[in-house]
Amino acid sequence: MSEFRMPSLGADMEAGLLVAWQKKPGDKVRRGETIAEVETDKGIIEIESFADGTLEKIVVPEGERVPVGTLLALIQTADEAATPTASAAPAVVPPASATPPPRGAPSPAVTGELVPTSSASTIPRRAVSPAARRKASELGVNVDQLPGTGPGGAVTLDDVQRAASAAPPPTAAPPPAPMTDAERAARMRQTIAAAMSRSKREIPHYYLSHTIDLEPALAWLARENERRAVTERLLYGVLLLKAVALALRETPELNAIWERDRAVTRPDIHVGTAIALRQGGLIAPALHHTDRKSLDELMAGFRDLVNRTRTGGLRSSELSDPTITVTSLGERGVEAVFGIIYPPQTAIVGFGKVVERPWSIGGQIVSRRVITASLSADHRVTDGHRGGLFLSAVERLLQEPDKL
Amino acid sequence: MTADEIRLTVLRLLGNIAPEADPARLRPNVNLRDQLDIDSMDFLNFAISLHKEFRIEIPERDYPQLATIDGCVDYVQGNGSNGKGESDK
Repeated sequence: MSEFRMPSLGADMEAGLLVAWQKKPGDKVRRGETIAEVETDKGIIEIESFADGTLEKIVVPEGERVPVGTLLALIQTADEAATPTASAAPAVVPPASATPPPRGAPSPAVTGELVPTSSASTIPRRAVSPAARRKASELGVNVDQLPGTGPGGAVTLDDVQRAASAAPPPTAAPPPAPMTDAERAARMRQTIAAAMSRSKREIPHYYLSHTIDLEPALAWLARENERRAVTERLLYGVLLLKAVALALRETPELNAIWERDRAVTRPDIHVGTAIALRQGGLIAPALHHTDRKSLDELMAGFRDLVNRTRTGGLRSSELSDPTITVTSLGERGVEAVFGIIYPPQTAIVGFGKVVERPWSIGGQIVSRRVITASLSADHRVTDGHRGGLFLSAVERLLQEPDKL
Repeated sequence: MTADEIRLTVLRLLGNIAPEADPARLRPNVNLRDQLDIDSMDFLNFAISLHKEFRIEIPERDYPQLATIDGCVDYVQGNGSNGKGESDK
């Protein structure tokens, strides 16, 4: 049985409100399929299954706000269904106040890594007789908080019935009201503040910038868009994203996540794209496998991501998977941006405004459209030499836009 | 389609791009990007919506003509909208 837990959808997310289940017990679920909706300060997020299987049991009902890491549901995976002799022992259900995983630690629900069965041994299990557990479930009694009078402190049926009769009659607590836009904006500000403060406190940043001749890319793009219908056109930002992704293949140390006091290079390149929200704040969801997608695929994906970031419908994997972030403030007139790394990532790339500058080519001074690319990176993981190689690779790739 | 009808449609389409904006407060001859804080993706989506609504082709080189509300109205009128866009189907 696999445990489906409240995922961590950002470095400083502590809890989420389970808004709705999209599946019911007995329904088949597929890896990557949305099975629940959770409200965070980033809006309503669609939470995806991390495995193929059958939704066995829902543990947390709709309307409850629970900490990151809390067990939400149990999923019988396809493998288990195929081999019924495999251990069918029910997973241990943590108390509602389950300690969230370390900040920045990827949630099993969003990394595709199943919780190892050995995790059961790390959570102390109360000794509870089967009858007592069944009765506790019926009466809504939390056996983890009961003093046991049985052998070895085990909770007995009498203990449960005594607790149930002593407890005040349950009253249905009204579900938490959805956040207003103002509340969500305030929460997002707090979240950004916490993440950025943590980043500045813990990550020794170094900063590099590099002015890149964008004329070849922009000229190619103008020719390309001239022959395309308006619905098929590309934005130059897509070329920048692809160049960054391909440059990361050459300098994979920058495509790393900081986990348990060390950097872990990620094999897949998922560029997070910083998208400003109209009501304030920003979110940087991932464009998955950025390096493998064509420019057209990236454009379609980017448009979809922008729309869903601003209107709702982001998926949990898009928030948890970025391996690096790209931010651009060029359209706001900024010439260069030196970003703050979003933990647990270890680098952020910035792009400024496209400006015309005198440029020397073959001894001739000509006017060229250029852009300033910057890199803020974690000095524990890389040094300026690697960062410089990365920015040089971005520049080189943008000189041959037809090969992106 | 009259100029007023086109203007109302343009304002409606802009409302889809920037729902927090009050159409009554938009100035017809001031740059939309400055009034509405829209970016390249917003502008592209707006151009696509004009294309679909008015069934007109909009080459990229014509984008500067769509910088203001007045510019949009003139552009649509000058490019022969038949007034039977997708929302009229």
